[in-house]
Amino acid sequence: MTLQEVASLLDAKNVSTTEDLNNIVVNNAYACDLMSDVLAFCTPGSLLITGLTNVQIVRTAQMLDIPAIVFVRGKVPLEETIQLAKENGIPVLLSRYSMFEACGVLFAKGMKPSHSVQEI
Amino acid sequence: MSAPVCLEYRIEGNDFMVAGAASNNIKNTLKMIGISSEVCRRVAIITYEAEINLVIHAGGGVLKAEISEDSVLLIAQDEGPGIADIEKAMTEGYTTATDQAREMGFGAGMGLPNIKRNSDLFEIESTVGKGTTLKCTVFFHKQQ
Repeated sequence: MTLQEVASLLDAKNVSTTEDLNNIVVNNAYACDLMSDVLAFCTPGSLLITGLTNVQIVRTAQMLDIPAIVFVRGKVPLEETIQLAKENGIPVLLSRYSMFEACGVLFAKGMKPSHSVQEI
Repeated sequence: MSAPVCLEYRIEGNDFMVAGAASNNIKNTLKMIGISSEVCRRVAIITYEAEINLVIHAGGGVLKAEISEDSVLLIAQDEGPGIADIEKAMTEGYTTATDQAREMGFGAGMGLPNIKRNSDLFEIESTVGKGTTLKCTVFFHKQQ
């Protein structure tokens, strides 16, 4: 799925890049508000969906080679967050959807989970 | 064999705005010298969690990366309060983090377990009232 499709499905606004979102492909996603869990379980190349908007979200994305971030629940990130994303060329999308809705919409359209599955 | 390259960063306590910058530098340096992205990612997770620990718990400290031919040694050193029960601190879910750290998405008791999981060699020493030293080695190629 291209990031442009993700943006359309989530009625989301791109606030950090002028790059054509049609050129960025994401097939897996990880949704979480806990950055330590993102660091532990999110596989490389996965889209990050989160409701936290501080600068550490972009740092986490940087560490893990996450191709793009979707901020849900209509949250508007701090200016510093958007700035850091711009500097690092990480697209940031803002969606008014809740995390549950955003995940549901993307899942229904074929977005796959992050691969790292823990045994219970 | 060439001399190891040493990167050293002073990490300030409670400064959540710049936390992660040092880790990003280390990661970019390794990428630049051609280390695989999988190894770079493991190093980034270790240094980033260690950096966050210095910011949250230790009132700051020093983060070092000594890059040699076949591995990188990562050292996080502080003169913070120390860890009373290391075994407990290594348990997933155990935490003493502040609400501020939690609001940033950390402090869930995953830091040290995450660090250990991504290290090939892992060593931690701590004395209450004196501080903590964490040493992690990541090899660039799988060891036989």
